[in-house]
Amino acid sequence: MAQLLGNPIAREKPERPEKLEQPLRNPWGKEIRKSWPLYLMCLPALVFVLIFAYGPMAGLVMAFQDYKPWLGMTGSAWIGMDNFARIFQYEESTQAIINTLIIADCKIVIGIIVPIFMAILLSEIRNVGVKKSIQTLVYLPHFLSWVTVAGMMIDILGLDGGINHFLASVFGTKPIFFLGDPELFRPTVIISDLWKNFGFSMIVYLATITGIDPSYYEAAEIDGATRRQQIRHVTLPSMLPMIIVIATLSLGSILDAGFDQIFNLYNPLVYSTGDIIDTYVYRSSLLNGQYGFGTAVGLFKSGISLVLIVISYRIAYKLANYKIF
Amino acid sequence: MYHKTGGYKVFAVFNYIFLILVALSCFLPLLHLLAQSFSSKSAVNGNLVTFWPVEFNTDSYRKTFSNSNFTGSMLISVTRTVLGTAISMFVITTAGYALSKEFRGRNALMWIFVFTMLFSGGLIPSYILITTLGLKDTLWSLVLPGAFGAYNLILIMNFFKTIPKALEEAAFIDGASFFGIFRKIYLPLSLPGLATVGLFIMVGHWNSWFDGILYMSDTNKYPLASFLQTVVVQSNAQSMALSASEAAALSEKSLKAAQIFISTLPIILVYPFLQRYFVKGIVLGAVKE
Repeated sequence: MAQLLGNPIAREKPERPEKLEQPLRNPWGKEIRKSWPLYLMCLPALVFVLIFAYGPMAGLVMAFQDYKPWLGMTGSAWIGMDNFARIFQYEESTQAIINTLIIADCKIVIGIIVPIFMAILLSEIRNVGVKKSIQTLVYLPHFLSWVTVAGMMIDILGLDGGINHFLASVFGTKPIFFLGDPELFRPTVIISDLWKNFGFSMIVYLATITGIDPSYYEAAEIDGATRRQQIRHVTLPSMLPMIIVIATLSLGSILDAGFDQIFNLYNPLVYSTGDIIDTYVYRSSLLNGQYGFGTAVGLFKSGISLVLIVISYRIAYKLANYKIF
Repeated sequence: MYHKTGGYKVFAVFNYIFLILVALSCFLPLLHLLAQSFSSKSAVNGNLVTFWPVEFNTDSYRKTFSNSNFTGSMLISVTRTVLGTAISMFVITTAGYALSKEFRGRNALMWIFVFTMLFSGGLIPSYILITTLGLKDTLWSLVLPGAFGAYNLILIMNFFKTIPKALEEAAFIDGASFFGIFRKIYLPLSLPGLATVGLFIMVGHWNSWFDGILYMSDTNKYPLASFLQTVVVQSNAQSMALSASEAAALSEKSLKAAQIFISTLPIILVYPFLQRYFVKGIVLGAVKE
């Protein structure tokens, strides 16, 4: 959802007027006397953030320790970068990183292309009632939890589930083990993620298409452009700034393969292709007690993500004048 | 006049059919679930149910509601949703109002808040923190850690920024304080925006399952989503080791279907309200100054 923040299609790039408009700064004493209610109103949020967001960041020191719960962070031995070195020694963790990259990349690419395509198709529906009904239905899965969706998938995709039943009766195929076959697990995960989220991702594109000036189409029409040419030369170029912003910002989720989904769908049969960084952290640390190592894997992931997010925001700002706040 | 060409008409027909099929695919799994939940056990296990109940009965629902584990975790879910949403809204609206104004240090504060969207301590440090604070196994572990959300803060802040400054200036002249203006002008005027964000937070709480599994060592303290996760997903992972027929005999699909459906019902019920606002709300929240 974070991608919807800000205003990606700001038309003119302001010449940094903020600096000029800013009023002269009051000295702190005077400012506090005048604006103390505002400081007070920020306080609850600040307290929450310091404890529950910055507090765990302090706990990142565990990544450099052989952390033992009974010794605590002050008593555990410091082992430098050993935990990080182990990430690439263990076959399981390197595999998890590879799986994460593959699954996340496929999700990002398909999750950008399909919603664009669907938004264009949907905007060709002229019957308002039908259009609204379709929108209502396709947005719905986004709001279901992955537990619910996984529950339905386990039933429908099971060996004796609806899909296999259907395939067997129509094509006479043998039952396919979608969630237990390492080769099929990744496609199953990627497609089900698409099913759940394409509708919601489509909203921004639909809004962009609605905002296109109709006179462009009229002009194209007069010049004898077919509908396909109109889509190619009017609709798509108009959507381009939005597409660039969303594609750029998705760079930050390149190591995020979707913990909620994988955790609820995977099982030991598909660890080789389906185990991702987040599920691996959970198993190696909370189930096997390797807290320091788990923290290191987590930090490895969030550190790289941070760098990517910062880069992507800079690019998005340069290309489309996009700002978070 | 592209609408009149033969080629476009053919495309339009296929387009309608395709999109209606896609839309149905988003809805039919839920209908299938509902049909299963009202069908007899043997009919469900024999794969006779598609989208209409076979041998209609309400046994699964009676069983579900007489299961004290289920009703207990439902109560926990309701409590955490109400309490969590109230705390979140308080924290976010107050800060959102303040940050929609100009004051010294505002940008520094804003960066402190926004940085939490870019980086986090991760799973293990959060777990250790909650344990150290003594919040483990209490309801607070489900309510407090997520109470502040930078994304929601920015949305609300942008809503507040759309309220005309003249209103505030007039109120200042009449002797109103920042608090009075916040309560009497900003909150009432941004009610649609607040409702949207509030609903999102509620849905988030209701659907949240991992914190329950992480922080509650006793399954009796699980919220509904976590309870459902153990019933639906974990039991399945265990039965993966068995043969298909054994697994089918063991699992009570109609009961599971009823439990999933009841847990999802609140989301489906608020969905129309959610949908009315979220498209508009997100677009509106994105407009600045």
